[in-house]
Amino acid sequence: MEPIIQFAPYTGWVYPNETVFEWSVLIAVYPYLTGLVAGAFTVSSLYQVFGFERLKPVAHMALLTSLSFMIFVPTPLLLHLGHPERAFNSTITPHLTSAMAMFGFFASFYVALLILEGWFAYRPFIVDQAQKQSGLLGKFYGLLTLGSYDVSEHAMRYDRKWIFALAVIGIPAAHGLHGYVGFMYGSLKSREWWSSDLMPVIFLFSAIISGVSLLAVLYVVSCKLRKIPVDLACLKGLAYTIWAFIMVALVLEGLEFANIVYKGREGVDMIMQYVTGPLLIPYFILQFAVGAITPFLWLSYMIWRGTSGRALVVGVTVCACLVLFSVFMMRWNVVIGGQEISKTGKGLLSYHLPFFGKEGALVAILLTMAPLGLLYILTRLFPPWSDEATHAHS
Amino acid sequence: MNKEDSNPTLEARRGFLAKLAGAATCAGAAAGAAALGAIPTVSAKTEAPPAGASFPTKDYDWTKHQWGFGVDATKCIGCLRCVEACKTENEVPRNAHQFRTWVERYVHLEGEDEVRIDSQQDPVNIEASGSEKEFRFANRYKDAKVEKAFFVPKLCNHCTHPACVQVCPTGATYRTEDGVVLIDHGYCIGCRYCVQACPYGARYFNEEQGVSDKCTWCYHRITKGLQPACVEVCPVGARVFGDQKDKQSPISLFIRNNRVQVLRPETGNAPNVFYVGIDKEVN
Repeated sequence: MEPIIQFAPYTGWVYPNETVFEWSVLIAVYPYLTGLVAGAFTVSSLYQVFGFERLKPVAHMALLTSLSFMIFVPTPLLLHLGHPERAFNSTITPHLTSAMAMFGFFASFYVALLILEGWFAYRPFIVDQAQKQSGLLGKFYGLLTLGSYDVSEHAMRYDRKWIFALAVIGIPAAHGLHGYVGFMYGSLKSREWWSSDLMPVIFLFSAIISGVSLLAVLYVVSCKLRKIPVDLACLKGLAYTIWAFIMVALVLEGLEFANIVYKGREGVDMIMQYVTGPLLIPYFILQFAVGAITPFLWLSYMIWRGTSGRALVVGVTVCACLVLFSVFMMRWNVVIGGQEISKTGKGLLSYHLPFFGKEGALVAILLTMAPLGLLYILTRLFPPWSDEATHAHS
Repeated sequence: MNKEDSNPTLEARRGFLAKLAGAATCAGAAAGAAALGAIPTVSAKTEAPPAGASFPTKDYDWTKHQWGFGVDATKCIGCLRCVEACKTENEVPRNAHQFRTWVERYVHLEGEDEVRIDSQQDPVNIEASGSEKEFRFANRYKDAKVEKAFFVPKLCNHCTHPACVQVCPTGATYRTEDGVVLIDHGYCIGCRYCVQACPYGARYFNEEQGVSDKCTWCYHRITKGLQPACVEVCPVGARVFGDQKDKQSPISLFIRNNRVQVLRPETGNAPNVFYVGIDKEVN
């Protein structure tokens, strides 16, 4: 029988209780999914609030993507809890000084906001379908109309006001949600690797680049599947967005690391031993060199040369995939890396990722992929494509 | 009247949305008020629990005590009877990875700059004891020239401003009026945020019960006038326990008669385990 507790091998001096890794890969997946939500919403906001017309082809998909991933955000947490049936204790009787306690409220608020904004955005389509479809599907759309079949210009103007307002509220909500996830780590004073004032903003910017990258990939894949040409202006818009934010993300992460090294507080020797040893490949090579600097340089080159056509599509897609990988590595290096450096500052542990099991690699992969399944279903029910007459007002 | 304005569907929807917005505003105001209420307590300060008597033992009044713990590292001989007594008394899992209390050994060898530190969970020590149920320190330095060596018993510091209590999302872990940090195992959701937040590594997660666990200073014993199990079994009096409100208690005398220090004071946690005879490497 598989042992209940996985003990971690270590070197140097670590506290006896530290030899069990309490936060597994699932806790790395959780901020990853949250980040994708915030990033995807950024794209939606750039179109709805800031009028980035070129992002219109992905604006509705951004909303659906955000919603699909948001619904799955609590799952890694629930799977990780020792008593998932008590999960609502933190919402029913929240402990107000806990960073984690407010998560349920923020997340619920944000899901409600996404559903409401989605409903307004899709209302003409829902009304249309409720009148066209029959049977179960017709009833489904009929129910979603909430009894409102008015799609007159006046009603549409009214809806647009709500979409705009919700998108405006959604910007601080989405980014607050993710900055707050960073705060959950950054506010802990037990670990030098986490305890940084920059952690919330680092999480935020990495979230933005991951969400925008995800949309770039999803957009290209959807165009291929639907056998329609990729709107290069839209893809360029996404590429510019990734390029701009990746620069900020890189600078922030660089500053964070420089701060740790320069301040040189107790335990820095162990951190240096760690980053130049076990973390050399996951941190410097995979997260920075491969996942961030390579796409940054590649995107810079394409922007400088005015690359277009197939080269642009391939280039942006590959860069976006690299960024998605880099941001996952960032989550991994924070969550797992933080625990690999002992609280004693005098020892290192190593995490073994099991493939099977409740907190294994397979579950982590499935949880990361599951929102894509939901997104597929949602795109069938609510086509987000702007080339069809689905959104009269958008 | 404008024809469009009189549209009943639109009117109804507008009314519904206005109510929704009103409700959201009220909820936002309530949340804001709650957040404002939380501000004075967010700087690692915990709310005082309601005053009450007879918990958990009849006739025990927690407002009349302020417990404290002392460790005299100069006396500890590293026999580990405290560790075994604690495991038995508190049903701590019988393995070498989960402890409510443990003992650290610090050894300076001649010609070495770095101190060597181990605890009873070290594989060499486990091999020496031959079991994960009994503990002893292996005589691993018998052939080396030891310049300085000492043992340091460790346990939960029952901090005045505990980081673990601050981060607990449900309030399942809390500080009692008599100064003990406890966990309500019937309310803990098992998120392990407290395990991560404790800078001393004092908490572990009990996989079988699905909850966090740690030293309670044997709350079930001290509220009956008994000593914690580890204090009871210590053969050399390296562990001292008592009521700080009683000026003649062992802990009050220990603090008064010694120059005591606490671990990691820079965290602001304000521990209530006071140490004598520890060295600069101990944290």
